[in-house]
Amino acid sequence: MTVFRRQGDLCVASFAPDEVQVLRKVASEVVGLLTEGFDRRDPVVGRLFPTVYPSDPAGSAEFRRYTETELKTKKIDQAGAILAALPESGGAEVQLDDEAAEAWLRALTDARLAMAIRLDITAETDLGKEIEEAMRREPTSARAFQLSVYAYLGYLQESLLEALTAERSGATGT
Amino acid sequence: MTVVWDDPVNLMSYVTWVFQKLFGYSHEKAEQLMLDVHTKGRAVVSSGARERMELDASRLHAYGLWATVERA
Repeated sequence: MTVFRRQGDLCVASFAPDEVQVLRKVASEVVGLLTEGFDRRDPVVGRLFPTVYPSDPAGSAEFRRYTETELKTKKIDQAGAILAALPESGGAEVQLDDEAAEAWLRALTDARLAMAIRLDITAETDLGKEIEEAMRREPTSARAFQLSVYAYLGYLQESLLEALTAERSGATGT
Repeated sequence: MTVVWDDPVNLMSYVTWVFQKLFGYSHEKAEQLMLDVHTKGRAVVSSGARERMELDASRLHAYGLWATVERA
């Protein structure tokens, strides 16, 4: 399982072809639900665009009117940063500068939020146990696969954040 | 004021980083706020005029945090 590490000014990772495909798929799905699939009644959209005044529908609608388009554009762009760094097929040597790494962190968050809602992840969910059970019931099920992808995105995000915030090594040669 | 709510998805390290990044808080302060969110279910992360709070909420939404605005 690939993780990020710090190399000079960059966060780098070497992804296997199947990892590239998974990352492209989750990023494309986020773009899809922000563009042609955009539906405010979708709980995923509700989570990515939270109601800012829970007890004031009019105030929330006004906030949405002023901020939604820009927020949507930002989220499409950050998912696009993942797609831009990966080839359509094959493995990939990914090198992210700080700006690209931050876009990836935000995009991985959006993808994980969306998946968590589809998978019914709650504060009580024990992810390891959940994956084990899904694998025991039916190892080739979509749920078993999606849970593993969700877990993988979490590891990947944690490693990218560690790489991004790590002290720059080697720059001074000491 | 701007309030951030606990969610089962966002990593503790990520939430701490976002608070530092968006509000310029020290690591200690950002981590304490993250722990408040995690253990108490919510924390006030900034306070000020309504327009300013709405801007903060929108920036937090771009980072995937669940933020709302409340009158103090």
